[in-house]
This record gives sequence, C-alpha cells and structure tokens, in this order.
Amino acid sequence: MSHVIADDITVEFPVYGLKNQSLKSTFIRAATGGILDRDASQRVVIRALKNISFSFKNGDKVGILGHNGSGKSTLLRIIAGAYEPTQGSISVQGRVASMLSISVGMDSESTGYENIYLRGIIMGLKPIEINALTAAIAKFSELGDYLHMPLRTYSSGMSMRLAFAISTSVPADIILMDEWMSVGDASFYEKAQDRLQLMIKSSNLLFLASHDENLVRRNCNVILNLNHGEITSFERLD
Amino acid sequence: MRPNNNRSNFSLALNDLVSGISSFHIWAMLGWQEIRQRYRRSSLGPLWLTLSMGIQVVAIGPLYGRLFGQEISAYFPYLAVSLVMWHLIANTTNELCLSFISAEGIIKQQKLPMSIYVLRVIYKNIIIYLHNFVIVALVLFFYPPQISLDLLFFPLALFFFLINAIWVGMLLGMVSARFRDIPQIVGSLMTVALFITPVMWKADMLGNKILFAQVNPIFHFLEIMRQPLLGGQLPFLSWSVVIAITFLGYIVLIAVFTRFRSRIAFWV
Repeated sequence: MSHVIADDITVEFPVYGLKNQSLKSTFIRAATGGILDRDASQRVVIRALKNISFSFKNGDKVGILGHNGSGKSTLLRIIAGAYEPTQGSISVQGRVASMLSISVGMDSESTGYENIYLRGIIMGLKPIEINALTAAIAKFSELGDYLHMPLRTYSSGMSMRLAFAISTSVPADIILMDEWMSVGDASFYEKAQDRLQLMIKSSNLLFLASHDENLVRRNCNVILNLNHGEITSFERLD
Repeated sequence: MRPNNNRSNFSLALNDLVSGISSFHIWAMLGWQEIRQRYRRSSLGPLWLTLSMGIQVVAIGPLYGRLFGQEISAYFPYLAVSLVMWHLIANTTNELCLSFISAEGIIKQQKLPMSIYVLRVIYKNIIIYLHNFVIVALVLFFYPPQISLDLLFFPLALFFFLINAIWVGMLLGMVSARFRDIPQIVGSLMTVALFITPVMWKADMLGNKILFAQVNPIFHFLEIMRQPLLGGQLPFLSWSVVIAITFLGYIVLIAVFTRFRSRIAFWV
C-alpha cells in the first residue's frame, strides 16, 4: 500500500547572488515562473509552491499540468524527497523511482556495465539488487559488446537507451516522471514504450508532469493544474 | 509525516549521519569513480601524485636540511612523513568545501543522506594518501626509526583524523554551498598554512616561542600522526587538543546540521 499525502506545503527558494537593487521596485507579476517575493528577513525568494494539499493512494495516476515555471518539477522533487517543504509536511509511503533526469549518476569514462551499477546504486538499489538486474538490463538495451566500452564512445541515442533501460528496471511503487520518456529509433521506440507502460502498470502511483494535455489525459486518471505554484483545478477522470 | 519541529529535525540530522556512514557501498563507489575518472588512460594513475611528492621530498630535503642546520638522517624522514601527512590534511580540507556543490545533480533529484557526499571526498583522499604512503615506507626503510609500542598510536591518529574530517567536511560543505567565496578563502588559507605550520621546519626551532605552533590546530593533527612513525615522544598535549576539538566539532555540527540540513538542496 503506497500513498503520497501533502499537507499545506509551501516551498520558497532563496535567491542568492542578486544585486538587491535589481528588484528594488515593486514585484511585477511575470507570466511564467514562481512568484517573486521577499521573506521575513527581506531576502528575495521564489515561491515555487504555495499551500499545496492533496492525498493520493494506490491506483492514482496523477498528471500535473502547467506552464514553464508553474512548480511541476519542484512538486516532483518534493515527492522524491530531494527538497523538503519550507512549510507544511509531506508523507510518502512506498519506494520512489525518481526519473526526473534519467542519466544522473552516470559517468562518461566508465563502461556500460559500470554505469549500470553506478546508476542503480544512485537510484537506491543495494549492490546485490542491481547485480541481479544487470543481465536483463544489458539484454534490453541491445548494446551488446558496447557495454564493455566507456560511455563516451556511445552516441547520445545509445547512452539514452542505456539510461532508460536501467531506470525502468528498478522496481518502484511510486514513479515520478518529468515529461513522457521517449527514447530510441523506430524499432527501439515501440519496445521502450511497452516497457514504460509495463513499469507503470506494476507500480502503485504515477506522477507525470507535462504541459501536453492530451498526453496527460491518455495516461492519467487524475489531473492537477498548477499555476504560479498553486493548484488551480483538480479533476478525476473515470 | 515530517513535522517541522526541532526535535524531529534533530533526529533527521542524526539519522542522516548514521545512515550516511553505513552506506559504504554508495560513497566508496562514488569516491572510486572520481579517482578512475581522473586517471583513466593515464599510465601511472594516482602514482603520478606519489612520484611528484617523491621528487618534492628529494629536492627539498637536502636543501632545507642544510638551511635549517639539521642532521640529514633526522630531517629527511621528518620532512617526508610531514609532507605526506600535510598533503592529506590540506587536500582533504580543500576538496571538502566542494562536497555538496559538486553533487548538485544527485542532490536535486534523489533523496540520499547528505553525509555520503562528504564521506565520498574523504574516501577518495584516503585512497590517494595510501598511494603516497609508499614514500613514507621507503624513507622509513632507509632511515629506520626506533620501533616502539607508540607505533600503535598511528592507526588511532588516522582514525581521529577521519572522524574530524567528517564534521569539518559537513560544516565546510554547507558554508561553501551557501557562500561561494569560502572555497577560495580556504584554498588561500591552506597555502599560507603550509608555511606557518611546522611541516618543513620543526616546532622546537621556535625555542620559547613554541606557542606560535601550538595555537595552530593543524599542528596537533600532524603531531599525532607523524610522531608514532618517527619514533618521537607520545605528544600528550596534541592528543588532548585533538580530543577536545573532536567533541567541540561534533557539538557544533549537530547544532548547525539540525538547523540547516534541509536547506542544503536549495543552496547547491
């Protein structure tokens, strides 16, 4: 049983290295981005999320819609536990697979096999778990002997394939995705999409951030609209 | 739930340290990776550092020995051991400033204990130090010191260096992430410290002005690490200072880390 419950969370980023003068005048409401403001000690902050509350449990596939800078990625990072809310609290039950950037932790001087290990550990697997998955990841990636070569010899498509193969192999209760992942050329593309659907099906919860409404409507059963860090609408599709 | 009160921030901070230290498989891997990244396709790898340090010792040794009017058979091992220990302390301190800054990519998308980024830097520097230890072994082979039970204090001294590196690294890493001038300042200070710390010269050369060496905390860490290898007296004063620093350091660390742990991700 997994759940993600947010209780009135607000996230404010301090902005450092700003000449104070540049924002001395009144804050003009920008079309995109979080709200610029000053905190109690008069420092400039970006309020990326404001008073967000929700409760999701098994079976919820949550699509998060919003403009650039509406707080989608920040919300995903909060759920991933990378950021902690400035106010409010969040409770996350279940194993989270953070796929915000699927190649974080990979290293261009290391071989494909070494990178499977590296990325697996960064995603939170124990050495024994990632070793058990290595053969399947290698097979799925179709990279063959290239896996013995350093990552820098790969084309960008090849390294994305590997990153995708690793990241989608990690068992997860809660999947976080920033935009739908699509990798590979024509033949690999289909296989990758099947794999992604399978991974989502076997998980309990999905959070998909996107600005593509059709994509979200196809893949999700709950839709959150974010604007300037606030939830403007909440819709359950059935 | 993660309520935002002080008590739970305290236990979150403590938990971060404990689970970080026990995640050997993560920080050891990251530390190794950094060494490999730097030396892959290089024929000597980290031994290049050993070689350059060896050249340094051989070049400086006879000259400074003469300048300071020292017996070469006593000065040479002193210099070699001191320089190797100095590089461990100085390089670790400098690199610890960047612990969190250089891990930005992972910190911003994955929840891992913050302490692993500090342990990774320490681990990497220990590996490099073990390469440099070849020089110490060589010099001690040619100029054997008196072997005594005091030698057993060497591993203990190294252990104290490690646990102090953790709190220093956590604090320096945090301050550096927040104030980006700190790594530069620390770098300059360490350069100066090489000359004002008894590394190439001996503290007793100061005569009755020895206090100048003794107010320098780096001196005491050097002393506890090098005296067992050089067959010197057990430095009681230095041990007392190091133990006191260890306690104080962890008290400050716990206070600061409890308060600012959750801010690190916003600073990097």
